[in-house]
Amino acid sequence: MDSTIAFRNVRYTVAGGRNLVHDISFELERNETVVILGRSGSGKTTTLKLINRLLDPTAGEVFVEGKSTGEWDPIRLRRHIGYVIQDAGLFPHFTVERNIALVPSLESWTGERIRSRVHEMLELVGLPPADFAKRFPRQLSGGERQRVGVARALAADPPILLLDEPFGALDPITRSEIQKEFRDLQKRLEKTIVFVTHDVREAFLLGKRIGLMKDGKLLALLPAGDFRKLDHPEAKAFVESYS
Amino acid sequence: MNIFEVMWTNRNQVLQLTIEHIFLVGVSMAIALAIGLPVGILMTRKPRLSRPVLVFANVVQTIPSLALFGFLIPIPFIGGIGARTAIVALVLYSLLPIIRNTFTGISGVDPAIREAGRGMGMTDNQLLWQVELPLAMGVIFAGIRIATVVAVGVATIAAAVGAGGLGMFIFRGVSMVDSRLILAGAIPAAVLALAADVGLGAVEKRLGRI
Repeated sequence: MDSTIAFRNVRYTVAGGRNLVHDISFELERNETVVILGRSGSGKTTTLKLINRLLDPTAGEVFVEGKSTGEWDPIRLRRHIGYVIQDAGLFPHFTVERNIALVPSLESWTGERIRSRVHEMLELVGLPPADFAKRFPRQLSGGERQRVGVARALAADPPILLLDEPFGALDPITRSEIQKEFRDLQKRLEKTIVFVTHDVREAFLLGKRIGLMKDGKLLALLPAGDFRKLDHPEAKAFVESYS
Repeated sequence: MNIFEVMWTNRNQVLQLTIEHIFLVGVSMAIALAIGLPVGILMTRKPRLSRPVLVFANVVQTIPSLALFGFLIPIPFIGGIGARTAIVALVLYSLLPIIRNTFTGISGVDPAIREAGRGMGMTDNQLLWQVELPLAMGVIFAGIRIATVVAVGVATIAAAVGAGGLGMFIFRGVSMVDSRLILAGAIPAAVLALAADVGLGAVEKRLGRI
């Protein structure tokens, strides 16, 4: 199997028997970006957490680089996968520099190597290190925090990147700026990316393929260009909200 | 003689009893921290433990201190007359604020931050030491400060079980109906409580800067 991420009949059930994710199967090729689109509660965040083993499937299997997540050591797996969440989830008591250095320092890189990597990452997301390295998250704007979140996820150069509505809490103008920046970044980096959003505009902008989720089911997974032709009320509802 | 003259003539004893008092409180707090911090942390890992432990600590807190000292005297090994009984009682009293604040402080850390840490591949220990404890530090320290101030006060009662401390003056003053002697014990105890609070506040500030 040469897919980077693969779901095989994956179900995730919470106590009480409700299925948050219902028999999902799909595959992602190396360096492909898939956007999972859905309303709140559609199971898209759960799907993401099944990839980095923050959750274990109730049934079925998730494969990362050909190996079932159950066989991965969860710590190794997660350090292999960059993770960005809404509001960035930065550590408020760490400076920007230490936040970005998190995984490299967990991986015991040398101080010199960490420092140069952190600076490289800050440059990459457009925050001048001299100005930003020593700041604390509370001294940043929402957009800057989110850029630091992306820099942190990329710091140890993981081949896979998971993003959970990363730009959802930003104002519309900042959001559209940072979306474009991210698209440029995406072209330069060779990463397999799963991007979860409820924003159909974002899905069209960033996704090579778009997966549509509703009530825990993956209704469709198809090239972004074909999404408009999809004959399903949920897809139509999303496309209509776009105009 | 006014109160200050009484304290001055008894200065050697004031000093000695103050040292005894500090010893009682210091040893009790060290033991209470050694028990309370790990128990509070364990409760965040095993939530089912949290209710029974908090109920126990709450119940202990409701026992009047004089009664608690009295209960402990006949118990072998931990009881008897002297400092040991007093230390056991003070530890029991100090546990509640330390355990509860450790537990609520760590539980109060934003779940999104914890999840981000776990998602980035931090082990449970790394999450605890690098994220949860530093972020809960303010709440935990508030508990330690309350526990210490309360212990300085309760330790005055330790004199009733022969443990010494500034309570000696207070009990003597009560039995002789001499308010100057009561104050000779109460004033240094109050100063101790304030000093401990300010001192711990300074320690907290230092730790916060790391």
